[in-house]
Amino acid sequence: MAVRLYLNNVGKSFTMHLQGGAVIPVVEKVEFSVNAGECVVLGGPSGAGKSSILKMIYGNYRCDDGQILVTVDEEIVNVASAEPRDVLRLRDNTIGYVSQFLRTIPRVSAEDVVAEPLIAQGAGEEEGLETARSLLARLNVPERLWTLPPATFSGGEQQRVNIARGFIAHYPILLLDEPTASLDAANRAVVVRLVQEKKEQGVAMVGILHDQDVREEIADRIIDVTSFSADVAA
Amino acid sequence: MNDTAKIYEQGEYNFAYLDEQTKRMIRRAILKGIAIPGYQVPFASREMPMPYGWGTGGVQVTASILGEDDCLKMIDQGSDDTTNAVSLRGFFEKTAGVRTTHETAEASVIQTRHRIPEKDLREDQILVFQVPIPEPLRFLEPRETETRKMHALEDYGLMHVKLYEDIAKNGHIATTYAYPVKVNDRYVMDPSPTPKFDNPKIDEMAALQLYGAGREKRIYAIPPYTKVKSLDFEDYPFEVQKFDKPCGLCGAQNVYLDEVILDDKGGRMFVCSDSDFCEERRAAGHVGPMAGNPAAAQISGAQAEELTQ
Amino acid sequence: MSVFQSDDPLLQVRNVTRYYGDRIGCSEVSFDLWPGEVLAIVGESGSGKTTLLNCLSTRLAPTAGAIEYRMRDGSMRNLYQLTEAERRLLMRTDWGFVHQNAAEGLRMTVSAGANVGERLMAIGDRHYGKIRSTADDWLGRVEIESDRIDDDPRSFSGGMRQRLQIARNLVTRPRLVFMDEPTGGLDVSVQARLLDLLRRLVADLGLSVVIVTHDLAVARLLSHRIMVMRHGNVIESGLTDQVLDDPREPYTQLLVSSILQV
Repeated sequence: MAVRLYLNNVGKSFTMHLQGGAVIPVVEKVEFSVNAGECVVLGGPSGAGKSSILKMIYGNYRCDDGQILVTVDEEIVNVASAEPRDVLRLRDNTIGYVSQFLRTIPRVSAEDVVAEPLIAQGAGEEEGLETARSLLARLNVPERLWTLPPATFSGGEQQRVNIARGFIAHYPILLLDEPTASLDAANRAVVVRLVQEKKEQGVAMVGILHDQDVREEIADRIIDVTSFSADVAA
Repeated sequence: MNDTAKIYEQGEYNFAYLDEQTKRMIRRAILKGIAIPGYQVPFASREMPMPYGWGTGGVQVTASILGEDDCLKMIDQGSDDTTNAVSLRGFFEKTAGVRTTHETAEASVIQTRHRIPEKDLREDQILVFQVPIPEPLRFLEPRETETRKMHALEDYGLMHVKLYEDIAKNGHIATTYAYPVKVNDRYVMDPSPTPKFDNPKIDEMAALQLYGAGREKRIYAIPPYTKVKSLDFEDYPFEVQKFDKPCGLCGAQNVYLDEVILDDKGGRMFVCSDSDFCEERRAAGHVGPMAGNPAAAQISGAQAEELTQ
Repeated sequence: MSVFQSDDPLLQVRNVTRYYGDRIGCSEVSFDLWPGEVLAIVGESGSGKTTLLNCLSTRLAPTAGAIEYRMRDGSMRNLYQLTEAERRLLMRTDWGFVHQNAAEGLRMTVSAGANVGERLMAIGDRHYGKIRSTADDWLGRVEIESDRIDDDPRSFSGGMRQRLQIARNLVTRPRLVFMDEPTGGLDVSVQARLLDLLRRLVADLGLSVVIVTHDLAVARLLSHRIMVMRHGNVIESGLTDQVLDDPREPYTQLLVSSILQV
């Protein structure tokens, strides 16, 4: 299978200037690759740096050392050294991020929030909304909420809106940041099904999943992040 | 002893009041104005023996172009007999000793405040306007530095903002006097507070037009036969006022009329603003619908009487 | 955001420096701005962000450095070598400038319709009906009721004035808009509405924007890229969420940690 994502000797630390310049090491020498159609789950206790790795891949955190190589069509882009506009282009077309928290935008309806990434990739407005509605329906978001802005929804409803938004578009790489946390069993099953569909489409996924059952169902491989811990390596 | 000194020795004024150096300075400004139609030329306006607002700019222009053979007509709001016209005519009679007249056709120089004579002017005549505020952009953009730049760059969108506001507020362009024009496809100009009724006369006029603003120290000009277009919108084209009645005294149509109150019972009539034009028509036998009215007859009589003086 | 495809920058800024006597306004600032990109300049009062904005928008000549802009015909022109006529044409067609104080960007004594229509009249539109209907359309896009078209902005609330200022700038479909604290001095709820409106307009029209703000939340919501300024220097720059979520410089960390969490 084609390699979609390759982390090569990636390292990250935080320097806290407000605390006397304390350096907090996060990870070192992170190295793994993800193939098309594969779901890799990052394992390890909280604080081990799972979330930081995901954020570095997305370009949200800076990468101090190493390379994060992403295959875009015939080209390989290094996220760690890419210009801001290249990172934005990757986020439009190549890397999707499904997180737990919805950054709500005032006055935009749930179905528009969900449809936006697909429309940004060039789908028609009607196609975008159709797909959005079917995803919202699958995730059991009540139909009466679809045309309302999600700011006032319950936590669980917001989370499902955001999952729909994360899964709607066609990204060759998808990052899953605890997508099933605090979902009920029925909705967890829907997410599992969505992940499987993405796999069938050849999407490479990296996830953080604490839910043991879900992890077993979707993980092709589990990488223990503690092996990249800066303390261990030191 | 030079000539100027001799004159002062004798306690007399130089011809037409201004000294010759000042006249030359003003003539240079006038020539520049003629060379750049509609452009406001700054000049070193002198203190005149009359208050600002009485036509100090027009008087300086007239004084600079007047020769001994000229015949001067002085009008204020169309009339030869209002205070301003009478005073300024007296001024030039005293300081220049030139011939004066009420008849438009007879005059070689006509100084005017707020009107253009109804009778077509000729190539051998010069029309001098008294201008209070020469800058058409003034009320839209108070900074002189900015308005000069706007003229230099032909940046005139703001003029249409004013006309837009007129239509938005009144349903039509309600500006009725000092209606802005574009001269020779280049400079936007304020034709002084003449009614817009007179704007078509400015366009392609045979006579030279000179505009003098004393307080503001600006002179501008429109050479004979120059294109002068009143600003407007495609869907709200420039239109002049229409009077639905003829002149009450002489019956003239399509002339600018003034309202005259006849008594304290609401009696009124509309008569020619251009008094010389009206006289001439009546002398030629034209009779208006109000001519038989005793109050109106008194007014026309008074006017006729003055004429004979 | 498919607007990121263009490979030609719209604005190229090289070593722009401005002194006020001996005092530094901004120093050695360089960056490129691409079509469709929103760049936020953040920093506290006196950091030089407004000086930089004024230099970029030709309102204040830099002491040194060069600013080039890609004209509509594709040619790169040094902004400070344009003639005054070219500069003015640029400013009222291809550019916009949204002031913090709407009164500076509006004609307060003429109607909302004329405020929006002014740019059209300045570039030669002479059909009242068309100018008015275009103005009406733009008032709608900035959520000002049609029946306010003949009211002058003195009777408008702060938020409405700001929205009117935006319409007045966007009516000629500019490609680059400068904004100086566009939400400053507005109530929080009014700010939110304005930000949402700006975000949509910027995306719909594919505008490039340089926005000066001291409010990091505004920068996060509107901008793709951010430059942090202090004492006239750009101390940190990059992708907006990267700089705000993973700040490196001590001053940026201080700024980010100073945000009130609601």
